[in-house]
Amino acid sequence: MEFFKIKRDIPFMSYGRYTTAISLVTFLFAVFFLATKGLNFGVDFTGGTVMEVHYAQPADLVKVREQLGGIGLHDALVQNFGSSHDVLIQIPLKQNLAGAKLSEQVMDGLRKQDASVEVRRVEFVGPQVGKDLIENGALALLLVSLGIVGYLWMRFEWKFGLSAIIANLHDVVIILGFFAFFQWEFSLSVLAAVLAVLGYSVNESVVVFDRIRENFRTMRKAGVAEIIDNAITRTMSRTIITHGCTQMMVGAMLFLGGETLHYFAMALTIGILFSIYSSVLVASPILMWLGVSREDFIKPERTEAEEVLP
Amino acid sequence: MNRYPLWQYLSILAVLLVGLIYTLPNFFGESPAVQVSPLRASLKADDALLERAGNILNAANLNPEVVTLDGNSVKARFADTDSQLKAKDVLTAQLGEDYMVALNLLARSPQWLTNLHALPMYLGLDLRGGVHFLLQVDMKAALGKALEAATGDIRSVLREQKIAYSGVVREGDILLVKFRDADARGKGEAELKQRFSDFALSKKEANGEFLLQATLKPEAERRIQDSAVQQNLLTLRNRVNELGVAEPVIQQQGVDRVVVQLPGVQDTARAKDILGRTATLEVRMVDEEHQISPGAAAPFGTEMFKDRDGNMLLVKKQVILTGERINDAQPGFDNRNNEAAVHINLDGIGARKFKEATRENVGKRMAIILFEKGRGEIVTAPVIREEIGGGRVQITGQMNTMEAQDTALLLRAGALAAPMEIIEERTVGPSLGADNIKRGFDSTKIGFIMVAIFMIGYYLMFGTISMLALGANLLLLVALLSMLQATLTLPGMAGIALTLGMAIDANVLINERIREELRNGVTPQAAIHAGYDRAFGTIIDSNVTTLIAGIALFLFGSGPIKGFAVVLCLGILTSMFSAVLVSRAMVNLVYGRKARLVKVAIG
Repeated sequence: MEFFKIKRDIPFMSYGRYTTAISLVTFLFAVFFLATKGLNFGVDFTGGTVMEVHYAQPADLVKVREQLGGIGLHDALVQNFGSSHDVLIQIPLKQNLAGAKLSEQVMDGLRKQDASVEVRRVEFVGPQVGKDLIENGALALLLVSLGIVGYLWMRFEWKFGLSAIIANLHDVVIILGFFAFFQWEFSLSVLAAVLAVLGYSVNESVVVFDRIRENFRTMRKAGVAEIIDNAITRTMSRTIITHGCTQMMVGAMLFLGGETLHYFAMALTIGILFSIYSSVLVASPILMWLGVSREDFIKPERTEAEEVLP
Repeated sequence: MNRYPLWQYLSILAVLLVGLIYTLPNFFGESPAVQVSPLRASLKADDALLERAGNILNAANLNPEVVTLDGNSVKARFADTDSQLKAKDVLTAQLGEDYMVALNLLARSPQWLTNLHALPMYLGLDLRGGVHFLLQVDMKAALGKALEAATGDIRSVLREQKIAYSGVVREGDILLVKFRDADARGKGEAELKQRFSDFALSKKEANGEFLLQATLKPEAERRIQDSAVQQNLLTLRNRVNELGVAEPVIQQQGVDRVVVQLPGVQDTARAKDILGRTATLEVRMVDEEHQISPGAAAPFGTEMFKDRDGNMLLVKKQVILTGERINDAQPGFDNRNNEAAVHINLDGIGARKFKEATRENVGKRMAIILFEKGRGEIVTAPVIREEIGGGRVQITGQMNTMEAQDTALLLRAGALAAPMEIIEERTVGPSLGADNIKRGFDSTKIGFIMVAIFMIGYYLMFGTISMLALGANLLLLVALLSMLQATLTLPGMAGIALTLGMAIDANVLINERIREELRNGVTPQAAIHAGYDRAFGTIIDSNVTTLIAGIALFLFGSGPIKGFAVVLCLGILTSMFSAVLVSRAMVNLVYGRKARLVKVAIG
């Protein structure tokens, strides 16, 4: 079986202008939604209390809300979670309420209504913690970016490092844009997924770059665009199959992993799809515009020696 | 060309075998168990304790499956939770208060595996259920306490040395010692410089007074903060012991934070009560000279506190005793009127101070104030009837048995050096933990099967080999996680699935390369060789970039994210081994021997 029997190289580089335009538009949209709607930060970052409770019979959300209102929690968000038996309660951080004790107060109240209620999960995050997490997240993002650029610079050339990281940060912004647009909860595990995508989607660029370097050595007569086209075409089959396989795993998590893993897998899914696109259609054009050439890999033969000789 | 020497096959086989042994314990599951650990440093869990526990259990006909000595505890495993609970009761009753008996889970794997230190993976709280707390130590309060203590000490030193001074006051972080003339200040400075090396002194004149300003030196400040965290850690350990948790984790995090993890704890309210309460006890004298006027501030040198009935009482600021001087505290009953009481045992210094104070103040009232979260409440304010020597004190007040028990517990566990506040809590109920394991396992399984079907269909023999290599990868990853006893969290399980999905990349790269070489008309043997050879550089490059991301996540991540990062990093290492070496060995075994290979099954 073989999906990709491509006889002639696809002239990706001649589409460069269009693909870059598409990327630019999606990128700008993502930035726009990030700026206008912003990320829906989860309790990890904003602080507050999240409780997941389980009832023996389908839960009556109205009664739960009433009960919470009774103890002064009018702004608590109450919704079903996964099934009609499970309820998710989100309570924003407040100065006047004893943070860590709040979950007990809530449970006492809910138990009075229905003794069958059972705590599945409680997360309380104080205001001090969220700030640290955001700082650490940003620091990790920076460190990963620098590490990748540095490594690619060492292994290839600075032009490769730069174009790979531009392509991949573009992926990251687009993932964040999706989370902003749909107002999906941005939690700590989503942040982990975003950083993993950054490391993972660079793979894609690396595979293409490896081919480009090899082609510069073997295809002596070809131009830069031809070389890149050939590299992309020949690695395409691997690209699709690898990402397909990874996506199967991630897809299994998306549908079977439960609520906790759902958005983690969602971030990975968006990241995987866009990384295919960006490594081929963003990184390579940028690489070309940065003026990659054969001389970057094959040092020009030395001629000085001849000149010195009489 | 495609042959490995025998030793290479054997070493790959050996690695896989070791992987298998360390993966095995994960298949046996866990059984309910009880764990007995000594609560005092002087007691050791030894063969004697092992025998004693065994005898107690046998006498109660509980038939433990195994009773072993593990670290500083004795563990007994049972077939069901029923006998586990009974065993806990029996052991608690017969071993007495010096030992902690906690419920636990113990691996059911055979003894020879346990002897090899082959243990199942260590599950995080999100998988096994339990509570995670992050506590913040109030450093300002720790410093304030040190300054307050220094104020008193400076006074007594100046008095002892007969140096005339007109007052010692604290203004924020500065202590001001007031003198009437420059001469006294000179003497005072010399004396204080010698005795209080933690303070930096400077002179100042204001309003005709000669002042000496004392501020804590930065290194002293750091030392005080450090010891405050250390003392709080110790106190927390004692308190957690009182809770009876099998494998608690109590660690310092950063400069001023403490992580407490209590696996399997259900009653979070009680845990929080005992951990979060920053009870410090202070014994002070009640001020009987002034009257309380409603709405007015407390007179100078006194503070106002409520007692349990809500009545206000004026109490002097000077502290006679603090909770640190308490050796032991036990709940009990007053033998005169059978009221609930707390019996306190003071240490040497505490006993002396208490004796002095009671001798000087017979007939007056003394207040015992319990500070919780910066708010003081008078537990009781008894009249001192006589001088109390020997350090044995009994407190009675309006409290019930339960309150007496809790107060005693907190006093016994020792006072915290500085108040702490819970700034993060994560509780996972046991049912959610079990669900999380199932979900993580199911998604990995389904994903793996889907990838296997595709790979075998698409690459035939090479696909099969790739999948066997991927299986080896999973085996080695689980073995490595079990060996290192790294904490496996739900994101960690997601990490396993993700690394498997990513690891297949290496094999796809190799297989695609082989196909390409074959298309170019290279002989099968040469194509296999070139495929593995050329793909190798690419595999290294692409894995290193993911490794960089993994390491950054490990450095900056916390809790579950760290678990994900560990799995990601280990998974990359095992995948390099299995995708390159294991799959190559298998290809070599299948095709390498044939001298004239015409066709390979790569689809």
